[in-house]
Amino acid sequence: MRKTDFITLAHGGGGKASEELIEDVFLPLFSNDILDSLSDGAILDAPKTGKLAFSTDSFVIDPIFFPGGDIGSLAVHGTVNDIAVSGGVPRYISVGFVLEEGLPIAALKKIAASMGEAAKACGVSIVTGDTKVVPKGGADKIFINSSGIGFVPEAVNINPKRIREGDSIILSGTIGDHGIAILTSRKGLEFKTETVSDSQPLNGLVKAMLEAEPDIRMMRDPTRGGLAASLNEIAKASAKGILIDEKAIPVKRGVLSICEILGLDVLNVANEGKLVAFVPEESSGKVLSAMKKEAAGKDSAIIGKVGGAKPGRVEMKTAFVGNRIVESLVGDQLPRIC
Amino acid sequence: MKYMTEFRDGKIAGKIARAINSESNKKIRIMEFCGGHTISLLKYGIQDLLPDNIEMVSGPGCPVCVTSKAEIDAAIELSENPDVILASFGDMIRVPGASMSLRQSKAKGSDIRIVYSPDDAVKIAGDNPDKKIVFFAVGFETTAPVTASSVKLAESMNLKNYFVLSAHKTTPGILSALLAEEVRLDGFICPGHVTAITGTAMYKPLTDAGKPCVVSGFEPLDILSSILLVVRQVETGIAKTEISYSRVVAPSGNLRAQQIMNEVFSPTDAVWRGIGVIPDNGLKADGDYKRFNACAEFDIEIETDEKETKGCICDKILRGLNKPTDCKLFNSACTPEDPIGACMVSDEGTCSIYYRFGRKGKTVA
Repeated sequence: MRKTDFITLAHGGGGKASEELIEDVFLPLFSNDILDSLSDGAILDAPKTGKLAFSTDSFVIDPIFFPGGDIGSLAVHGTVNDIAVSGGVPRYISVGFVLEEGLPIAALKKIAASMGEAAKACGVSIVTGDTKVVPKGGADKIFINSSGIGFVPEAVNINPKRIREGDSIILSGTIGDHGIAILTSRKGLEFKTETVSDSQPLNGLVKAMLEAEPDIRMMRDPTRGGLAASLNEIAKASAKGILIDEKAIPVKRGVLSICEILGLDVLNVANEGKLVAFVPEESSGKVLSAMKKEAAGKDSAIIGKVGGAKPGRVEMKTAFVGNRIVESLVGDQLPRIC
Repeated sequence: MKYMTEFRDGKIAGKIARAINSESNKKIRIMEFCGGHTISLLKYGIQDLLPDNIEMVSGPGCPVCVTSKAEIDAAIELSENPDVILASFGDMIRVPGASMSLRQSKAKGSDIRIVYSPDDAVKIAGDNPDKKIVFFAVGFETTAPVTASSVKLAESMNLKNYFVLSAHKTTPGILSALLAEEVRLDGFICPGHVTAITGTAMYKPLTDAGKPCVVSGFEPLDILSSILLVVRQVETGIAKTEISYSRVVAPSGNLRAQQIMNEVFSPTDAVWRGIGVIPDNGLKADGDYKRFNACAEFDIEIETDEKETKGCICDKILRGLNKPTDCKLFNSACTPEDPIGACMVSDEGTCSIYYRFGRKGKTVA
């Protein structure tokens, strides 16, 4: 069969073209012992102690290449981060591709290479995968699902129910970078900005945090819906009030300016490489300094505490006077952001 | 950062608030015209700084909220035409018409594009010569000049497939309508950006009727200082137009924007959601630009009979007669996730603002 430069329906047919795609594109870029055996299912080592963390996420971002990353690295970071903030050490991930007929194979190679590099940087192995092709118009270029498994050490218990009054809330860096980078790289809204996505793995940062304080109560990575959504979910799940301080929240000036122009609340804007952690007040200092030593946490800051608001509610001390309610976003601020 | 923090200074706010508290004696009701004003009032807790004798009432200045169901239904009907691409600002997509919203129409297969500027709609027209592109134009004098400019752009590109479904509304007519309301209003915080286009002459009927008018920006210090200016007028028995937003607004307005609006549009009757028909209060493409009028092109007539959903009091809220917290549906059947009335849909709608920022402290009813 003649090789083409773009994806055809044959690439998803399970025949020779599918095989070529696996051998030419995926295997060389993802290679590891488990994957290379090409079994129908991956056989994995289990942890001797502790528990497993398991997470799945689908990625439909538009555009597929954006300032600071692409859909491939994002699919790895997204799943790695979900495992990491659950307290797990990410080990294995699966990837499922839905490709649109006509996607240039060069684009797929670039995305797969970026996934391979991201997996290597995170210390995870891509151990199983699948590819389907849909007719032109049946999907937009490429959709990726990734699932991951991580090992949770015995001493670690990330759970909103463990949050106590007075716990400190630490944010690992500036918010809104990903959402604004995507928004400004979309067609139809031409803003000149230097903002790049913060898409990055957080497992190294989490490792350093848990070494400093294994008793971290809760962590979450504020992706879609931004910091406001994460804090509201945690406030509801823990039945505690949360009070944050507007002045303490790190935001890049460029991001804030674009939010002002477009009337967005930066607290609702998506991130792809940040986490928010709830730690016992007395250990907040050592967790914060451990975070600041990591590249992914160099701008970390204590942004608030548990208490000072009605249970289940998030309030913010504004730079003006008084407090205001911080609500989760209603509807979709921006579709297809991850 | 320039203009991002100076007007949110808590210390200066305290000073102005103290001046308001010491100078204000009369029991007064001030209408803040714009949704943007209401957001600042609630988001920054300004209401909590005001003495009990000052009541702030939200006005009809949310373009999304005052767009009539019939206008939305007309947009939906056009979007269902397979030859049409409907271009709209994002805010309009979720607003319920009589039976559905544009978002639902999009889900059912209509080609609806969200644009940030009408010029983007003109670009879509240029890129799709075999389709008819209809821009669903909403807003007051702030957006109308931009729509007019897009029509002139399409004309200069000699595009035959660009049309405007105008739901534009103008401010002078609504001001007179508010004067006729049964609720007593003692002063107005007037729209900053509309006035930047129109100039201040349109407030004369209000000041003639003894109502102080202060044209205000949208930052918390803008609003507070505007309230102080209204209070001073009320207390001394003066009624005149003042501008507290002089960094943006000139008394004569923006003459070029006025001119381009006048060139492209002529006045027509407009249906305000909750208020009804106001004669000569809308804008339609006319004269040399008549061919851009979507109503003429597609032979559409916009109904003028508006009925609100049972229980919804958006009409009264838009006229300053009631507050969102007076509504039985507020925060029960009607929420931003599942809005019944238009005031809950737009981010600048009074009910949505109360839902997001107003459910705490003194502002909880």
